[in-house]
Amino acid sequence: MPKLHSVQELNELRTACLAAADSSRPCLTVCAGSGCTAAGANEVLEALRRGLEKRGLEDKVTVKSTGCHGFCEKGPLMIVWPEGVFYNRVAPADAAVLIASVSNGRRPVERLLYKDPVSGKTVLREDEVPFYARQQRVLFGNNGRIDPKQIEDYLRVGGYAALAKVVSGLTPEEVIGSVQRSGLRGRGGAGFPTGTKWEAMHRQTANQKYIICNADEGDPGAFMDRSLLEGNPHSVLEGMIIGAHALGASEGYIYVRAEYPLAVQHLRVALHQAEEYGLLGDNILDSGLSFRIKLVQGAGAFVCGEETALIASIEGRVGEPHPRPPYPVQKGLWGKPTVINNVKTWASVPQIINRGAEWYASIGTERSKGTMVFSLVGKINNTGLVEVPMGVTLRQMIYEIGGGIPKGKQLKAVQIGGPSGGCIPASLLDLPIDYEELTKAGSMMGSGGMVVMDEDTCMVDIARYFMEFLEDESCGKCFPCREGTQRLRAILTRICQGKGTEEDLPLLEEMSWMMKETSLCGLGQTAANPVQTTLRYFRDEYLAHIREKRCPAKVCRELIVYSIEPTACDGCQACVRVCATEAILGEKKKVHRIETAKCIKCGACLEVCQPKAVLVSSGASLCPS
Amino acid sequence: MPKLRINGIEVEVEIGTSVLEAARFLGLPIPTLCHNDGLTPYGACRLCVVEVGNSNGNGRPKLLSACTLQVEDGMVVHTHSSRVERARKLLLEMYVATCPQSKTIQDLASRYGVTQMRLEPKHETCIQCGLCVRMCAQQMMAGAIGFAKRGARRKVSRPFDMTSELCRQCGACLYVCPVCELRCQGPQAETTLCSGCLNFAPVCFQSYDDAMCFLDPCHACELTGPLRPDVPVKLDSEKSAK
Repeated sequence: MPKLHSVQELNELRTACLAAADSSRPCLTVCAGSGCTAAGANEVLEALRRGLEKRGLEDKVTVKSTGCHGFCEKGPLMIVWPEGVFYNRVAPADAAVLIASVSNGRRPVERLLYKDPVSGKTVLREDEVPFYARQQRVLFGNNGRIDPKQIEDYLRVGGYAALAKVVSGLTPEEVIGSVQRSGLRGRGGAGFPTGTKWEAMHRQTANQKYIICNADEGDPGAFMDRSLLEGNPHSVLEGMIIGAHALGASEGYIYVRAEYPLAVQHLRVALHQAEEYGLLGDNILDSGLSFRIKLVQGAGAFVCGEETALIASIEGRVGEPHPRPPYPVQKGLWGKPTVINNVKTWASVPQIINRGAEWYASIGTERSKGTMVFSLVGKINNTGLVEVPMGVTLRQMIYEIGGGIPKGKQLKAVQIGGPSGGCIPASLLDLPIDYEELTKAGSMMGSGGMVVMDEDTCMVDIARYFMEFLEDESCGKCFPCREGTQRLRAILTRICQGKGTEEDLPLLEEMSWMMKETSLCGLGQTAANPVQTTLRYFRDEYLAHIREKRCPAKVCRELIVYSIEPTACDGCQACVRVCATEAILGEKKKVHRIETAKCIKCGACLEVCQPKAVLVSSGASLCPS
Repeated sequence: MPKLRINGIEVEVEIGTSVLEAARFLGLPIPTLCHNDGLTPYGACRLCVVEVGNSNGNGRPKLLSACTLQVEDGMVVHTHSSRVERARKLLLEMYVATCPQSKTIQDLASRYGVTQMRLEPKHETCIQCGLCVRMCAQQMMAGAIGFAKRGARRKVSRPFDMTSELCRQCGACLYVCPVCELRCQGPQAETTLCSGCLNFAPVCFQSYDDAMCFLDPCHACELTGPLRPDVPVKLDSEKSAK
């Protein structure tokens, strides 16, 4: 690869890349993000390549693996260019028909097209799928178009144009001004205005400054940063290089979870390619800017997503936070001014430079600008990554994009912002999603995890689950977080077992308040959110557990009883065979009976019972005395 | 020199002074468990939280730990506002429930009017204030002990849980420990009133090669007796199995 010495050489390279690609030549792109890979994308790719080879079509049809498209529920996904035909749930066995369709006549393979479950219509192109129709894919738009391991692909879609624009004449002040005017706020969770942070960094006079990309995404069920790094790593690098120019940093770090092997691999490739082309290193594009990026892998601690703990971890110390101020902008990595931004924040920067701060500021609500990426998971039909403008309501998210709740169940709550976010009840469905509104409702934006819960979810049990997670992930340095998470979890466990008292509720509230006020870092300060919001919106469920010893969602094992409805039981013995503890008695063709003392409430009988004779009930009167 | 207001009193102090030092200079007592003048501030016990705002009244004041917070011009600090007092009282309730046997914690709790203990008593032998770790590293220049593990399992430990060759058994760690008063009694008669922890040459060090009081209770303390009815007699083999 030739090293690029000027913006002009970069533009020439882009023109050459564009010319080399024959746009009329059929191209089969298969999503190879983590979700689709798990669903078998690599096998599909292999089958396609072998199939083409067998027919001698390798030179006529291109096969390409791309980054995550977001619609993970229907993976592996595939798009055939130039027509843009969208296939879902492609299997290796489909390779032959797909190749046949491409090579003669290009008639789409009907049965692999997406069928909208609501209207029943078959959809030909990706943007016609209801899941995508409401989205605005600013950051993820190119994920499905480019091969993340090819810098040429990124150049072809206009990559590094923002960098060219910046080095050919924008001063650091102008770049920072643009970021400020765009209204971009940190996408890592707290939503601190990025421009303000950059401005503060710009005022620092230290001779050495650092920038860091925080890719330590650890929320259960969240994979936005992962998908972006896997699918379009160069967009993050470009944002960082622009940041280096604006902030006067000569060294950058990407702190990425070691649990994301594909992201690490793609980042390595991207860094190598950018260095080869001279987009990283000394005197980038002959602009006088020198900047290098180092990759640091985390060791699996959730708390290392907190910026001061992350810095400690990069420095080789134990990943424990220290109190702010001093903020990293004043005293960060190795004691030098440091700006830490989330993956999506960095990736937003080239977009702002390319399309202008005003364009970016026109998206979203009054105080939250731009788009936000959510990972929509849980009890929802269309699981996947969703990029929407700020201000979209929860109802649109869940029913229009998410396709509603499976099996016709009722929506109960949505947990937004990772384990320390809050649970928003179904009654607040029309809440517009932005930083302020979520905080007002007791939750937070967080990094964008969105877990949908249906009527079968016990909110006390959910609060207990998240507290268990946080108890485990608390670094343990400060007392309120270390001890508070243990105490809250203990009280919640007691309530789930039906041993709670009404005095526990004010105690939970007071301890939660104290943790929020006194904890050292963001983890402890937000750890009580699930408890506070469930107490606020689902107090009656807590009271049912305490007063009536009843779990309304029939989840808490200590409070439920399995029984068989004699009139419905047909004596098929299916339940008798699956019961692991021999708790079900009954002869063939005779009504069965569950011996409560032996029953471990695993639910196996419930699943196998065809006539639906197994009942789960909860409440003091039903419990064996 | 930065000028700030603490509880309405204007005070001018040197750059680099912590809010805790400034408040103490004014004679305002701020409780701490992890602070020691000779050691670097740590900010882990959170008892020294104070309400901090700025003079132009922008934004909601925050609770920040006074020991780690350096004074800034125009700071407005309240060391005993109702918000601070309430937070401290709840914190102390949790401290008492965690380490009910510590005299230091009992005294603080009583000063803050903690009259109930709604949480289950735990009888922990360590509140992880980190004083011993910093003492060992910064004053005794040994660095023989440190923190291991995370969250609920975090503990003060030695490398590989073996007596470190860096340890000179100076006992400084015991000396600064705020919770071990009742723990390190030494092998004495049950009726003796002991001040073993305050002794620079604790008896247990002479009697036991492997005694490290900052870890599990030392062998002597595990004798059943009126002082520690909650600790059953443990044999050496059991201890290592744990």
